[in-house]
Amino acid sequence: MTSVTDHPSSGLAESAARDPAPAPPPVQKKLAPPVGPPASGERELRLDLFRGLALWLIFVDHLPPNLFTWLTIRNYGFSDATEIFIFISGYTAAFVYGRAMTDRGFVVASARIMKRVWQIYVAHVFLFTIFLAEISYVATSFENPLYTEEMGILDFLKHPDVTIVQALLLKFRPVNMDVLPLYIVLMLFLPPILWLMQRKPDLTLALSVVIYAMTWEFGLNLPAYPNGVWYFNPFAWQLLFVFGAWCALGGAKRMAPFLSSRVLLGICIAYLLAAFFVTLTWHVPRLGHFVPRIIEQWMYPINKTDLDVLRFAHFLALAAVAVYFLPSNWPGLRSPWLRPAILCGQHSLEIFCLGVFLAFAGHFVLAEVSGGAVIHFAVSLSGIVIMSAAAAVFSWYKQVAAKGGKDAKSAEANADLAGGGS
Amino acid sequence: MRAIAGLTALALLWNAAAAWAEEPAAGCDVPAYLLSTDVKLNKVAEAVKTDRRLDILVIGSRSATVTAPDGSGFPGRMEAALREKLPTVQVQVSLQLQIKRTAEDVVKDMESLLAGRNPNLVIWQTGTVDAMRAVDPDDFRTAVDDGVAALQKHGADVMLMNLQYGPRMETMMTTAPYLDVMRVVAQQHEIPLFDRFAIMHHWNETGSFDLFSPSRGVELAKRVHDCLGRALSTFVIDAARIKPAELRTQR
Repeated sequence: MTSVTDHPSSGLAESAARDPAPAPPPVQKKLAPPVGPPASGERELRLDLFRGLALWLIFVDHLPPNLFTWLTIRNYGFSDATEIFIFISGYTAAFVYGRAMTDRGFVVASARIMKRVWQIYVAHVFLFTIFLAEISYVATSFENPLYTEEMGILDFLKHPDVTIVQALLLKFRPVNMDVLPLYIVLMLFLPPILWLMQRKPDLTLALSVVIYAMTWEFGLNLPAYPNGVWYFNPFAWQLLFVFGAWCALGGAKRMAPFLSSRVLLGICIAYLLAAFFVTLTWHVPRLGHFVPRIIEQWMYPINKTDLDVLRFAHFLALAAVAVYFLPSNWPGLRSPWLRPAILCGQHSLEIFCLGVFLAFAGHFVLAEVSGGAVIHFAVSLSGIVIMSAAAAVFSWYKQVAAKGGKDAKSAEANADLAGGGS
Repeated sequence: MRAIAGLTALALLWNAAAAWAEEPAAGCDVPAYLLSTDVKLNKVAEAVKTDRRLDILVIGSRSATVTAPDGSGFPGRMEAALREKLPTVQVQVSLQLQIKRTAEDVVKDMESLLAGRNPNLVIWQTGTVDAMRAVDPDDFRTAVDDGVAALQKHGADVMLMNLQYGPRMETMMTTAPYLDVMRVVAQQHEIPLFDRFAIMHHWNETGSFDLFSPSRGVELAKRVHDCLGRALSTFVIDAARIKPAELRTQR
């Protein structure tokens, strides 16, 4: 249940990469969270890699649990792929649109961001349509009396007027469709965030923390339909997004010395191990006694909706460790084995949507063919292969299109488009 | 001689075949770790030991029944299984059906649900309606917390039972937060949780049941409830540390 997010960037990052970059702070090797565009205009492959991996994990987490599920990070700690995704989204969005804002001004950059928002919105509606089709089919063909109660959830099909309008308003978000709405809201507020971030980065981050704290204090959230609130509370999750943006606009560079310290590394590893142990007690309840009651009472529940501090800290620790051990010039990034994940990360919106669609399709196949570990495994694996293949096609197309461009200007236009969606 | 050997072989074969045939009939073993708990059901143990009675109340939603609140749902099957395993104890299981009501709704009426009853054990099956309506997990937690406290105050042992596992349901609703909440509340109140979700998931994985089946027949549902009832009876006996053999010898 996580789902996704982000993407503005990838294409954009690419376009950025192509220009003779002004500024992005050359991040030195081990710094910044998994990200950090190298200065020279080369693409930051670590970003793409982690985003690609996050996309895969989100896809696997959306499928019914199977062997592959054990490879996803949520089984080994508090945070999961969603955190990675939102953070990288904030990072790349700030990086790409921040430059646009410097070069072309606030209005033009905002217009580009709005265009991106529109694309994500359309993608969301498209996925909703597919979801409706699948659900309607299930509703009419499946009447196992064992699940009479649960089938009641399909009652919304009886009121398409309300349901569809609520979906268009982003209030009705069926399972696995929570991330894009979050992303839309975060992107909507990107222009003012960026504007302030370019002037007073620390103040912006502090404001974000204040909003996060107020969310916890006053229980802010957006209403959902038919009842309840947003599964990913934008008031809380903005913290990751803004933090990503802060890192992109120089924060990562400033944190560099701090991130390369061994003491910090030790603390992070200790925290990750502790989180791993706690997670283990969920799967092996017998180990539960080793967790002191006081800690248990203080710690639970670990709230995903409001981005629990424990989750946020877990993500930070993961990021710090990743940055420490994976410098941006790590040769593995050029390895063909990681190529598929990197390609997926470079086309995140498309691949995300494809992942959600494949998860729907996977559920459907598993339901019709009936289970079995082998089929489960095959569905997961083929989903990842399809995502990678699609990413390869997108890359190929983008290259071809770029070559077709006659002059720098059209190349730039292509790059823009790319940022938008390709 | 040869005839005897032949007959013996035949008999062995017959036995083996019978044993083999029996297994699929039961066919719904539950791994021990899903049915073990460190918590003890003291009130149940006491009632069984001293009064030779066991009065259980199930508060459940629609998924506590198959087609109608008759004996084919898991409460009725549990009653049958308990009577079989504890022949010297007077076992009574009743069901309070709370259709389409969230945990919060049920808690509001908890008093009237319990009025005039003094069950030794209340099994509260909940979470399904909350998950379907996507109730805020925090609110759900408060409700379950309050409900368990009220039941304990009434003087009963309490056991929670979580959602059904259904392969198709995963496409349609988010269950994880509700499962988590129930696990946490059970831990905090030190009461047992009957993990119906994990158990049914296990059956589906191991092929005991084809929960994907789109069939409209009630056969599958009846068998699943029968197995749930049996697993519940084992769980209750285990959690109360009752030794059926001892009960028998004492008599």
